Amino acid sequence: MSSTEHTAGTHVHRDDIGSRMGMWLFLFTELILFGGMFLIYSVYRFEYPEAFHLAAKELNTIMGAFNTAVLLTSSMTMALSIVAIQRNQKILSIWLQMITIFLALFFLVNKYFEWTAKFHHGIYPGSEELLSKGSGEILFFGLYYVMTGLHGIHVIVGMVLIGVMTRMTRKDIITKDSYVRLENAGLYWHLVDIIWIFLFPLFYLIT
Amino acid sequence: MEKHDYYHEHSHGYGIYILVWLALMTLTAVTVAVAGMDIDRFTVATALIIASVKAYLVLTIFMHLRSETRNFTVFVIVALLFLGISLVLLFSDYSFH
Repeated sequence: MSSTEHTAGTHVHRDDIGSRMGMWLFLFTELILFGGMFLIYSVYRFEYPEAFHLAAKELNTIMGAFNTAVLLTSSMTMALSIVAIQRNQKILSIWLQMITIFLALFFLVNKYFEWTAKFHHGIYPGSEELLSKGSGEILFFGLYYVMTGLHGIHVIVGMVLIGVMTRMTRKDIITKDSYVRLENAGLYWHLVDIIWIFLFPLFYLIT
Repeated sequence: MEKHDYYHEHSHGYGIYILVWLALMTLTAVTVAVAGMDIDRFTVATALIIASVKAYLVLTIFMHLRSETRNFTVFVIVALLFLGISLVLLFSDYSFH
């Protein structure tokens, strides 16, 4: 099934399906990485429901919802950039990729303001203010910083990755007939999106 | 799978992605609204169900799982199954402490 690329007159060594499958296998390791953290989260939330409830009130739901919208939109522009390259609309594809990167940056800027606002209230790992609270709240904020922080690192990696793809598209390395790299970068980006889809309700929407 | 078929299946129009995006945005609004209603214990379940629907849309449409060969879907299900097993075992152990 994957060898069909070889049968076309010109002998091109390529296996797009294999390439995408490799990317998916990598994404599974990411799933386990974040999955482990979600397991820790669920145990502590089970143990300290009241404290999690109380601590979550400190988080800005509007900001979280807004950032969710930003990330979902960036996922769409990423998916559209692949359609564009499939239709040989190179310039449009480059624009859509650049919009994706811009939205990712926008997400991080919001995150920055969110975190610094927390810091100003004295809530950061190891702060006196935080340590004076109960262990449930300390755990909540510990998990909040680690999980959104790790997610943020993934956003940065995704930005760099898509940036490289934009360059490759510009240089005609990614073309209408060969765009599996762009697809794989897209897969990574959508995974980052999916993780946020779960982070958002679990941290911001505890009523 | 023929190369031609692959491209054919993958060439969704722009429309479907915009439609899925609209669905994702709507679901986000719904999940925020439901959380605001404060129905206590139901909110966690509702939030997780909505998040799962959103993840499903991203997986099948944005990540093209729907148009990939079956192997991909099987892989994803197995990966999720292992995560599910960890969760079940963890809580079955935890609740007996």
